[in-house]
Amino acid sequence: MSLALVGAGREAAVSPKLWRDDFPILGERVHGKPLAYLDNAATTQKPQAVIDALAGYYAHDNANVHRGVHTLSQRATDAYEAARAKVRGFINARQAEEIVFVRGATEAINLVAASFARPRLAPGDEIVLSAMEHHSNIVPWQLACAATGAVLKVVPIGDDGAFLPEAYEALLGPRTKLVAMTHLSNALGTVTPARWIVERAHAAGVPVLLDGAQAISHLAVDVGALGCDFYAFSGHKVFGPTGIGVLYGKAERLRSMVPYQGGGDMIRTVTFEESRFADIPYRFEAGTPNIAGAVGLGAALDYVSAVGMGAIAAHERELVAYATRELERIPGLRIVGTAKEKASIVSFTLEGVHPHDIGTIVDHAGVAIRAGHHCAMPVMQRFGIPGTARASFALYNTLDEVDALVAGVDEARRMFR
Amino acid sequence: MTAALRELYQDVVFDHARTPRNRRRPARSSHQAQGHNPLCGDKVTVHLDVADGVIRDAAFEGEGCAIATASASLMTEALKGKPVEEAERLLEGFHHMVTDPQAAAHPELGKLEVLAGVREFPVRVKCATLAWHTFHAALHGGHAPVSTEDGQ
Repeated sequence: MSLALVGAGREAAVSPKLWRDDFPILGERVHGKPLAYLDNAATTQKPQAVIDALAGYYAHDNANVHRGVHTLSQRATDAYEAARAKVRGFINARQAEEIVFVRGATEAINLVAASFARPRLAPGDEIVLSAMEHHSNIVPWQLACAATGAVLKVVPIGDDGAFLPEAYEALLGPRTKLVAMTHLSNALGTVTPARWIVERAHAAGVPVLLDGAQAISHLAVDVGALGCDFYAFSGHKVFGPTGIGVLYGKAERLRSMVPYQGGGDMIRTVTFEESRFADIPYRFEAGTPNIAGAVGLGAALDYVSAVGMGAIAAHERELVAYATRELERIPGLRIVGTAKEKASIVSFTLEGVHPHDIGTIVDHAGVAIRAGHHCAMPVMQRFGIPGTARASFALYNTLDEVDALVAGVDEARRMFR
Repeated sequence: MTAALRELYQDVVFDHARTPRNRRRPARSSHQAQGHNPLCGDKVTVHLDVADGVIRDAAFEGEGCAIATASASLMTEALKGKPVEEAERLLEGFHHMVTDPQAAAHPELGKLEVLAGVREFPVRVKCATLAWHTFHAALHGGHAPVSTEDGQ
């Protein structure tokens, strides 16, 4: 079925209209204008199904998990573990125990840096990452390097923001102990050849962590096919709640790792002489977890599966192509990040107008975009710019919203002329 | 364009953003400091030449948004020739003007009043105050760059 959206000279292959009704916040008005939410790379909005799952959990099932003998505790435990099973299915992990619930992608990466990397790193060892990483896939490794004497090796990117395969292969060496790579750049939209990256690293005997914070809501993520050792993502970027995220780790990797934090729920037995740690994944889930968050994330993944990643990707491809074409008609506008393989993000600069000013001006047209360095300062240094304005799309965005963005940016240009 | 936007981006602001005054590295300076707004990555360096308790010269270097650039430009114009004590009162008055929604008129601020509209844009207040924080740091020493995220 192909529903045309109203508008001159453009047809949408997929209509987001029905999906929009699932997201109550999209009915908000900003400065008297309909909200055009184009900041999905920062966080996504939540469908009613997720909001209901959170409320339903607290209204009917709330108790602590893995502890009580009473009925509610059992229900809460079942709901929490059902969410883990949903995550397993969504990313095609082999076993539910390979799914560790954490606060978000940041904590997932810090966990691997602390519990996997640090004990294995020696002075002069190398961690390979790319020049387009988010700060959360840089700083944890810098901390690990500072503690161990290991060093970072940075794969450069092309002028179009593309991943450079030859440069990557050249950096894989005898001292490489880990590859930590984005799956989809939050600042440029570049999609990396993750499967190939993993293959090359594994051929050199090097484990790989993929930062999937952006990719999770735009690409079909299959950790079995990718072959990665670790995959990190946040619930809130895939229509789930904030404060819940996932570290996927191959079971044998997770089993080889020391705990990240100590506390309740991560131990088998405790005496003052010694504690014995629980099996995976509980070894890495000290303390009462974000149970409602996990339940909400499960509902979000159900929602995405029902819509279908293929439909989402096709719709976003169209939005990116349309936004790119329309924005490029604005004099002085430059798209930053034009790699062939890209998704969901259009980053740009406008001659003579700082991204912050663009952000403020389009906000008054109801359009929410991000302006700044997008927690990827090295990317901005690479392109010699202080920051960009960034529109980032999700399944519920429309071509009309792109039009509102383009009109707002053009107004900024005219104001500053 | 909304009224609030017009209030923020006044002609004087555009003028100072396009053609900043005193954006240079002065030959003589007794005090200087660097300021940084980590939220957007903007950086500014403020140079002062103070003698006998009077700011003889004020200049800045750096690139930023229209609000940050205009604010730095207007600030250096306002500071030049002012006794240090008076300049510090100006800093207080400016900070009050851009942060307090109930703030009355500040005639002593003169031309700086064109930035009053920024108080309707809480996320942009730091753009307007970056140069002033840096000015304060320059006067009072301290070698670490100031950040809009320190304290307050």
